[in-house]
Amino acid sequence: MAKAKNITEFIIERDERRCIKCQACVRVCASDVHSYDDESQELLSDNSRCVGCHFCEDICPTGALTIKRNPSATKDNAHWTRDYIYRIVKQSTTGGILLTGMGNDKQYKNYFEHMVLNAAQVTNPSIDPLREPMELRTFIGRRPDRIRYEKIKENKYILKESISNLLHLEIPVMFSAMSFGSISLNACKSLAKAAFLSGTYWNTGEGGMHRNLYPYAERAIVQIASGRFGVNTEYLERAAAVEIKIGQGAKPGIGGHLPGEKVSEEISLTRMIPEGTDAISPAPHHDIYSIEDLRQLIFAIKEVTSYKKPVGVKIAAVHNVAPIASGIVRAGADFVTIDGIRGGTGAAPLVIRDNVGIPIELAVAVVDQRLRDEGIRNQASIIAAGGFKTSADIVKAIALGADVVYIGSAALIALGCHLCQKCYTGKCNWGIATQDSYLTKRLNPDIGAERLCNLLKAWALEIKEMLGGMGINAIESLRGNREQLRGIDLTETELKLLGIKYAGEAW
Amino acid sequence: MEYQQLKFFEKNNRIPGGCGVAGIVNVKGNLFSGENIITSICTMNERGNGLGAGYAGYGIYPEFKDNWCFHIMYDDIRAKEIVEDFLEDGFDIVNEEPIPVHRVKTLQYIPLLYRYFIDIKRDKNSQELYDQQEYILSTIMKINKNFDGAYVFSSGKNMGIFKGVGEPEEIGDFYRISDYKGYIWTAHNRFPTNTVGWWGGAHPFGILDWSVVHNGEISSYGINRRYLENAGYYCTLFTDTEVITYLFDLLYRRHQLDFNIIGNILSSPFWEMIDREEKEKMEFLKALRIIYAPALLNGPFAIIVANSDTVIGLNDRIKLRPLVSAERGDFVYLASEESAIRCVCKLPENVWMPEAGEPVVVQIKRV
Amino acid sequence: MKPKRIIIKEEYCIGCRLCEVYCITQHSPSRNIIKTYKGKGPKPVSGIYFEEKGSTSFAIQCRHCDEAPCVENCLTGAMYKDKKTGMVLHNKKRCIGCWMCVMVCPVGVIKIDYKEKKIVSKCDLCIDSEFPACVEHCPNEAIELVNEEGKKIEK
Ligand code: SF4
Ligand code: SF4
Ligand code: SF4
Ligand code: SF4
Repeated sequence: MAKAKNITEFIIERDERRCIKCQACVRVCASDVHSYDDESQELLSDNSRCVGCHFCEDICPTGALTIKRNPSATKDNAHWTRDYIYRIVKQSTTGGILLTGMGNDKQYKNYFEHMVLNAAQVTNPSIDPLREPMELRTFIGRRPDRIRYEKIKENKYILKESISNLLHLEIPVMFSAMSFGSISLNACKSLAKAAFLSGTYWNTGEGGMHRNLYPYAERAIVQIASGRFGVNTEYLERAAAVEIKIGQGAKPGIGGHLPGEKVSEEISLTRMIPEGTDAISPAPHHDIYSIEDLRQLIFAIKEVTSYKKPVGVKIAAVHNVAPIASGIVRAGADFVTIDGIRGGTGAAPLVIRDNVGIPIELAVAVVDQRLRDEGIRNQASIIAAGGFKTSADIVKAIALGADVVYIGSAALIALGCHLCQKCYTGKCNWGIATQDSYLTKRLNPDIGAERLCNLLKAWALEIKEMLGGMGINAIESLRGNREQLRGIDLTETELKLLGIKYAGEAW
Repeated sequence: MEYQQLKFFEKNNRIPGGCGVAGIVNVKGNLFSGENIITSICTMNERGNGLGAGYAGYGIYPEFKDNWCFHIMYDDIRAKEIVEDFLEDGFDIVNEEPIPVHRVKTLQYIPLLYRYFIDIKRDKNSQELYDQQEYILSTIMKINKNFDGAYVFSSGKNMGIFKGVGEPEEIGDFYRISDYKGYIWTAHNRFPTNTVGWWGGAHPFGILDWSVVHNGEISSYGINRRYLENAGYYCTLFTDTEVITYLFDLLYRRHQLDFNIIGNILSSPFWEMIDREEKEKMEFLKALRIIYAPALLNGPFAIIVANSDTVIGLNDRIKLRPLVSAERGDFVYLASEESAIRCVCKLPENVWMPEAGEPVVVQIKRV
Repeated sequence: MKPKRIIIKEEYCIGCRLCEVYCITQHSPSRNIIKTYKGKGPKPVSGIYFEEKGSTSFAIQCRHCDEAPCVENCLTGAMYKDKKTGMVLHNKKRCIGCWMCVMVCPVGVIKIDYKEKKIVSKCDLCIDSEFPACVEHCPNEAIELVNEEGKKIEK
């Protein structure tokens, strides 16, 4: 069928005046775009194969390459955009579900960009973070509503109820769940090492913990998902905390599928499944059909880990998120992770990723308020996830009520990812979402960890600047402090849901 | 702006401003006239702009010392009737009178000012003291929230708050402060950043026998308030002082914490310092910060808080607002400026600047 | 005296061969990458040997052996060990092109420069500049410069 032609998304421009014919581009492109023709001694490129990962552009020593969007346009049509036309072309060829990777790229309203922060002026001095201490230390887990202690003598007290089983973070940002399998071991190692060095946590995702990552286990949150891959007592005991994954922002209500050809020896050992078999995570947990079942699982895990580790639950932000979160807290969870509609994934059906769920900003706001209204906010921490792209988003989410923020896509971008969204093909040129030994070695975990540490360090500095500007010197005074936010271009309903005032309104 | 508008604005907006605070305490509980506190606060007129002043005195109603005393301001007689009907439902009114005042020509927007010495009705009285206080608290919350023309601005036993819109001299003169005798006096001189009409917006702020005078602006206000709302404190005024008062009530009365601990919560030490403590103390301070994170007062402040037995002076964690203390004999003085102490106590035995976050706790030890 | 050495981490070599490109550029008269490759003058031979099989690849250059067979077997003393740095260096003026060194080098990293006939080309650790060009430009730190104690040296 002639109409079945692959669409060409990108055009490769090679500046012949600069190209030295070193052929580095030919050697590195995993999509086999570039080739060298011995006969004509020319470099050729097959544009139709390019996924726009920009790896060759980065590698080219002379800057001869530019990857451009294909300007070829269909007739202007506000409804039938080129994207939708070609989706149909593709599907009428393959007869299959369209798959994609990373987070939702649709233009849903981004509430972070409709909220502005406050700064202190005159009546209240701002604080200079370079001169004064500025505290970001954060804890995750259940805390009592009041302190219980004994007074030994004047000014000497001892705790009657210890609260030692909390996660301790030096920056309110963690790396979100990405399994070994969905990403390479080198990517996992980069994340784990960076979390370890920066005083925060990484998350194993649902694929178990590879033995090479054991040195970083004390900074690991391990996941239990519907596939139960790699879960045994040691797995739970090794970790700092356990997260039961119910859903994920990129594909609420959808399971996962790691095809057998990707289940290599290492993955099979880590996931504890036979080599070469499909690793299937069912859509629901087949032992959790209701909240009371969840409670059983939470307490089963707590029993196994002697009530020493926080046990949390991760859900996708959906319409009913506030009551669900409240139920989860009442079921005994020590933290609730909420993943918004812009959350990323290794592979998801395109229609699901782009159409299911709600933005994290609204979800955090309503969950925080709900837990407060019910007087159970102290019983669990709220971890927000889903598309956090700058430190300002993090500050705003915390002001709305989140305790901590998970970053996934941002972390991968630090590792090289250029959001080509082809993770599901397993041919990630940056060595992240791939198991191909030819590609995975591109990610040197020492470099990866250093880049992640730098990102966290930079964001911490920015968060401190913003806090200082507000006249606040400890992050807890920002947490849930919605007075520091004002809305712009938002409706009454939106303001009400976010619990913030409109810009221009005084205290 | 019209009075009603001014009042609405004052009630529904958080108004930042600078201020002066002062307090004089007789640690033995001996009574002394309110004259000195007027002198003390008026020394700092630079810190106010004539748009609000007030006083709190403890031990001033010895003849009714076992009755709850409500000071209520009314916009009109109708509001008074409604509230009195409501009060009669739950209380025996032992005495009811207008608060005695001197006419001061320059004062404006003067509301109707009444005081009531009351007892909780017998059937309700059978409950524990703890519950009595909760009952009073909920009564105040109800009146202040539901009856628009009325506002309870003082509600303790054997103590009273007197405040209004004007210079501290005028307000002191108006309420005849020097006619009362108390063992604790605190005062406030206000520099609000708006036009003020409503007297309820002046300080001190109080509930039960708490009174708070405060200089500063709390950047953590948003979360402090939400924390209190979950504990059942309804913030009617949107002022920092209100939030501070409720925090003291919550932590001291409900959570039964002592003032050193409260100081560590409201103005907590930095992690850097906590990490350096020996293990037991470190664990304790860490637990305090974790559990009471939403109660941390962040931003500049200097406060003087009093109840019947104690006076506490406290600064924010990096001391962004001034506070000086001094002692002489049985007297302890606290003020924004040393001048405000020296003008009533020429030769103090001891003058010091409390460190950031270190509470000055003055316990009344009656003989 | 042990010299600085370049160590190989073949698990991170992505096979781009940029190390060669930069080695050549570094040893060209202009040291400008485009001029080196597209200009008229002769192009130096890189001091790097690149090997690749399947997904494994690595770049190797002169090991600057402690007891260097190339030095021992050089007839004219063109290949010599620098006393101060311990590096194995090559003096083109003395080289007669017998290629004994090429034959005896156990790792095979001495290349024949056919254009100039008698001369050989090998890694000189970029003594003319501050830092080895190949190490500096390797995009994945698959080669690292280490000091006498084996500690990584950063540029
Ligand atoms: S990497 Fe750049 S210089 Fe080398 S062949 Fe490709 S386009 Fe040309
Ligand atoms: S797929 Fe990536 S490496 Fe290949 S040509 Fe396109 S941008 Fe370059
Ligand atoms: S530059 Fe680095 S990654 Fe590329 S071939 Fe050389 S050693 Fe390997
Ligand atoms: S150190 Fe210099 S001379 Fe030696 S291989 Fe590297 S670039 Fe070439």
